[in-house]
Amino acid sequence: MANANGGRPPTDPELLRRLLRARDRMDAASEEAWPVRRLARVSGVSQAHFARSFREAFGVPPHRYLLTRRIERAKALLRDTDLPITEIAYQTGWNSLGTFGRTFRDITAEAPGQLRLREQAAPGEFDRVPACYLIAAHRPDLKIAVSEKRRQETEVKTAPEDREVP
Amino acid sequence: MKQVIGVVGLYVRDQDEAVEFYVGKLGFSVHTDAKNGDYRWLTVQHPDQPSFQLGLFTPQAPLVDAATAQSLREAVAKGAMPPLVLVVDDVRAAHARMMDCGVEFTQEPVERYGAVDASFRDPSGNGWKLIEAR
Repeated sequence: MANANGGRPPTDPELLRRLLRARDRMDAASEEAWPVRRLARVSGVSQAHFARSFREAFGVPPHRYLLTRRIERAKALLRDTDLPITEIAYQTGWNSLGTFGRTFRDITAEAPGQLRLREQAAPGEFDRVPACYLIAAHRPDLKIAVSEKRRQETEVKTAPEDREVP
Repeated sequence: MKQVIGVVGLYVRDQDEAVEFYVGKLGFSVHTDAKNGDYRWLTVQHPDQPSFQLGLFTPQAPLVDAATAQSLREAVAKGAMPPLVLVVDDVRAAHARMMDCGVEFTQEPVERYGAVDASFRDPSGNGWKLIEAR
């Protein structure tokens, strides 16, 4: 019984269920700010206990989990919409394009504009939308995406460094 | 030649609580509830789909050892079990009805690609997608 988790002591499923509730809340509104204080309140545990338990349960610290979910949403918006990248950054919870771009590159190893260009050039990715519609909808937009990408790259390069304190 | 699915089981943390949820809140009824010592074979069915039973089982001996049962309980509570899909005529109406019963929704109804969907969890942590029949 004590070795149920490969040497780690067993975790109370009731606690895990409450941690899951906090993760669900982040999933449902990843654009919102989720300080540990707020998450701990959802789970009904202390802040210190929350951060450690969450990492043990889900393999990543809560903040990194949130960033990953935001990037995932940003990727979907880049792929499925023609919203400007600044708007996508804003909608997914960043207030700085520089931070968004840097985090995006850290997680996906490419810039938001590059991902958009690549995904929108690959109609196979849009399996939920009829192909004929896609060809019509995305062919002209590809040109916009190229210029958008150049504009965004320039913006990112010239944006002042706004370092986050780790 | 006929081949259909008769029972698919879920792991739940507590079978009484699961009955309260699936019968009391989702509108299923108990199909079989048979006890043999500590073991309880429990299935529910929905009046709209009488040929299918949803099993509500706890990870327990003699089917799994104690350590495995603990791991399974943890996996369920972490929402790590496979996705489940419930199909209804009207997601918004079902959502309103289920909210009144105190069902824990993890995603409010959203319209995507011309259809509305929502998500909820059972008390154990099993995640359900609620979608509309098209």
